[in-house]
This record gives sequence, structure tokens and C-alpha cells, in this order.
Amino acid sequence: MVATEEKQTGRRLITGPGILLVWLYGVMVVGAVSRSAYQIATELDRAPLAYSLSAVAGVVYGFITYTLVRGGERARRAALVCCAAELVGVLTVGTWTLVDPSAFPDATVWSDYGMGYLFIPVLLPLSALYWLRRARTA
Amino acid sequence: MLDVLTLVTGVAALLLAAWCGWAAYRDQPTKDWHFIGMAVVSALALIQLVVGIVQLARGEDPEQGTTIFVAYLLGAFACVPAAGFMSLAERTRWGSVTVAAGGVVLAVLEVRLYDIWGG
Repeated sequence: MVATEEKQTGRRLITGPGILLVWLYGVMVVGAVSRSAYQIATELDRAPLAYSLSAVAGVVYGFITYTLVRGGERARRAALVCCAAELVGVLTVGTWTLVDPSAFPDATVWSDYGMGYLFIPVLLPLSALYWLRRARTA
Repeated sequence: MLDVLTLVTGVAALLLAAWCGWAAYRDQPTKDWHFIGMAVVSALALIQLVVGIVQLARGEDPEQGTTIFVAYLLGAFACVPAAGFMSLAERTRWGSVTVAAGGVVLAVLEVRLYDIWGG
């Protein structure tokens, strides 16, 4: 019952706009994890780098979703760090796919800044960072 | 048959998104009528799931592989109910926004399903 006590004292992060963030992160978890799991299981040789990066993206999304649902100050900080890392990842991989397309025979979740996912991968960390910073002052 | 269902479900999902988006614009949470709308869209996705599996059982092959096809069918079915439950937990306009986002996600899934089936 330690967990529930902590929840009551900790700050909830999934009120208001936070619920939308959890939903979108949840969708990205399912999308990235299932996609990379399938691709790694069936055709890893074709584009190992791209599929591994998708798997990493899935893990990062999963962790952020968990911290958002858990709530509290420590989770908020952890989510903040992960969202920053996620943003760096999206920008790095996005630029990488544009500069050196030959390294990526197949797309990753973060290719072209997440264009295949309606640019959600690049918009999500920005809005999450904004929300998490505001949650501290609120 | 499946193509028609895909189209109908996609359009219904977009209508649901617009409806809940309107509710959010007017600063309202999701109400009973919205949940009936979600139930209709979910029922369409369920019918699509069943029809899709029947088509597979009859020996028809999706263009991009059976695993991906079934995964997307399941995802499409789970999409709106999941968003609906989250809007139950969040009784503000943001719950409505979440369901609207769920409708858009489902519409995207339907477009992908259409490609995967190779219609």
C-alpha cells in the first residue's frame, strides 16, 4: 500500500492536458514497440540500425508514459529528463536520416522528424516539456 | 466488403473526432451521447475485426502480411474504447480532446489498414 500513499501525497501529472499527453504517448508506445518487435523478429538484416532505433524509441516512450501515470515530483523530474532526451533523439535521428539516407534502408519511427507519424514524435516532447515545467509551478 | 467497412469506420472515426473536438471547444467533458457515438465507432471496428479474420480464414492474403494486418485490426478495435475510458477519468474538456485524438488515430489506422489489405 506504499504506492497508493505516495500517489496521494505526490503531484498528479495526468490531470487536464496531461491526460492527452498520456494518450498520445501510449499510442506511440504501441506503435513503436509493436513495429520494431515485428521488424526485428522478421527482417533485422535489412535495416538493423533503423529497427534498433525504433526499439529504443519505444522503450523511451514506455518509460515516459509510466512516469506520467505514476506522478509525483521524482517522476516529474525523470519524465523531464526523458522528454529532453527524446527531443534530442528525434532531432538527431531526423537530421541523420536526411543527411545520410543510405544508412537507413527502411524508415524508423523518428525518420524525417517523425513525418510518417504526422510529426507527433517531434511535437510530443515539446508539449510534454512545456506541461511538465508548468506542473512544478502549478 | 472489407474496403467498404474500412471507409465507413474511418469516416465515422473522423466524425467522432469532430464531435468531441466541438465539445472540447465549448469547454465540455464527454457526455452520454458522446459515449454512444464511441460505442458505435467501436462496434464498427469490432465488425471490421471479425470480417477481417473471416477473410483470412477463407484464405485471402493481405498484401503486406497477415501479422501486420491482424495487429492493426486489434489496434483499431482497442483505440476508441481506450480513449473513452481515459475521458471517464478526466471529466474536463481535456477528456474530450483525448477522445478526439483517438478518433484521428483510428482514422489513420484505417488508412494504413486499407494499404495493408491492398485494396
